Amino acid sequence: MKGVASRLGQMVLVLFGISVLVFAVFFATPGSDPSVRIAGRGASPEVIERVRHAYGFDRPLPMRYLTMMDHLFISRNLTSYVNHGQNVVSEVFAAAPVTLSLVLWAALFWVAGALVFGLIGAAFQGEWIDRLVSLLALIGLSIPVFWLGEMVNLVSESRFHDSWLFSWVPPLGYVPFMTSPLGWAKALILPAMTLAVAFIGLYSRVLRTDLLTAMQDDALRTARAKGVGPWRLWFCHALRLSGLSALSLFGLDFAQLLGGGALLIEVVFALPGVGHLTYQGLSTLDLPLIMATVLYAAFFVVIANALIDGLYRLLDPRMGRGSHDG
Amino acid sequence: MIFSATGRFLYRRKSAAAALGMLLLLILCALAAPLYAENVGVDPMESSLAGTVLRDGKRVDIMQPNDNPLHLGLSPIGPSWRWGAYALGADSQGRDIAARLLYGARASLLIAFSAACLCLVMATFCGLLAGYCGGWIDIIISRALDILWAVPVYLFAISLSVVTVGHDLSFGPFHVQPDSLLLPIGIIALIYVPYAARPIRARTRSLSSAGFVLAARGLGASSLRIVFREILPLLAETVLVLSPLIMALCLLAESALSFLSLGVQAPAASWGSLIHDGEGLIYSRPVVAIAPGVAIILTVLALNALGDAAQAELRARGRR
Repeated sequence: MKGVASRLGQMVLVLFGISVLVFAVFFATPGSDPSVRIAGRGASPEVIERVRHAYGFDRPLPMRYLTMMDHLFISRNLTSYVNHGQNVVSEVFAAAPVTLSLVLWAALFWVAGALVFGLIGAAFQGEWIDRLVSLLALIGLSIPVFWLGEMVNLVSESRFHDSWLFSWVPPLGYVPFMTSPLGWAKALILPAMTLAVAFIGLYSRVLRTDLLTAMQDDALRTARAKGVGPWRLWFCHALRLSGLSALSLFGLDFAQLLGGGALLIEVVFALPGVGHLTYQGLSTLDLPLIMATVLYAAFFVVIANALIDGLYRLLDPRMGRGSHDG
Repeated sequence: MIFSATGRFLYRRKSAAAALGMLLLLILCALAAPLYAENVGVDPMESSLAGTVLRDGKRVDIMQPNDNPLHLGLSPIGPSWRWGAYALGADSQGRDIAARLLYGARASLLIAFSAACLCLVMATFCGLLAGYCGGWIDIIISRALDILWAVPVYLFAISLSVVTVGHDLSFGPFHVQPDSLLLPIGIIALIYVPYAARPIRARTRSLSSAGFVLAARGLGASSLRIVFREILPLLAETVLVLSPLIMALCLLAESALSFLSLGVQAPAASWGSLIHDGEGLIYSRPVVAIAPGVAIILTVLALNALGDAAQAELRARGRR
């Protein structure tokens, strides 16, 4: 119980640190005055002074930090600098389902792909098919995701759109699940696959290494000696032993993607998720909007990490004891 | 001794040798950028919408009527198989893609390399301090790095770029130009410090309780001497193995930032900003976006292969 309390205390400390860091990046970067930026290029000193007072930039930093956090998390009425009267927090929550759907689809593809390639690589260790899979995984890791998205668009929307393979691809954009479940799935399949490519590369490598380590384990040697068939050996015994570390990695990446890692894909495929919202804020320099998405994302990642950590301890009681230092 | 070790490593691991060869080739190409631009006579930064180019013995406009049936609007000239100006075609400003690709290689490789070096220096400093001192210094540094790492990397880089890139900045006596390459270099280096510092700290911890360090301390060596003469030389291996992977990450981050127009500022080019330029022409002149993407993939692939080989070598050495 003491462990849980100290973990919670650490989490709160980290959350506080993140909020200070993000606030400092946006409003206390030396030499960049937000009021100059809001007033626009070439504004007169009087106008800048008025803006500074109107937005409260002339108050001391700790006060501004507290009011900002109040606007963001307690009264939740932070308004945009660009579109006055637009509530930033509700916008973030409205965009979240799009990102969630995209990342869920991507997770489906990347778990399936990683399992297939990881198992193939481990089962045929050292043979040409293993080398081929390793090379493919390395290439998948090396492709910039936004470029791959452009190429997928080029092939599926323009060059081969009329062929049987891509005639089902809808125009870019998002369809809510409530409007049409089929349209929702169609709109998300290609973006999710694109997003999954790099993760398939990463996870198949991790899984292959873990499976090969697990094969050296005493439990596996016993199972083999008992005469367990190869399918049962790989799928039931080895995968269970090696899946755990990949699972905790999966949780981290899933949370990172939900927290805005999918920004580039959302921009390329014109999906109105949280990342796309951030991107819109970039082009208009809407600092409250960007700050809200970044801060909510970071908080989400920290809380998700803590949950995964707890889950991991439940699944593998050995973790809590011994050295968790590293 | 270090040269012979590198030579043996490259001889044993052919993939590393191939990757290194590829990287050297790319660097040579980047260095040859002005040579190419002068040879074919194009300016990679200046837009030339009214210019003409010699192709198949005829003078043709760089901006040509569209291929669509109505011939509305103009689209830039496409690629050709002949050596010469506009071999890869032009972008929407009428600039030579091949020349911009070469100049972009300079920016991309320079930023990735400097960012990786800066990142590793900072990470080594943090990791060494945390790992060697332990105690509360370790706790503070580790927690600070945890906080940095909890913010999704690209979002953090984007946030920092939004407030710095493209604005006149003054840090005390230093003045940074709005389009200075120092900004993307610093930002990209900073976001990967926590990632690089973790293995360095772990290695320092295991080294600082090793027998030879205890022996040195027993002989009365100062902490500074232990860190610089005993630990750092052995730590260099860890850092060196990490460096290609960090550089690959930095290159990808740079291309993403430039793709969002937050890295290298126009009219200068980097591979990421070239893909951004190609986005508008993706259906009519896809080569504008394809070429820089292929360049990024080749570079990152070579760096990753080099890093993998180095890591495998280190592991094999540990087993022996």
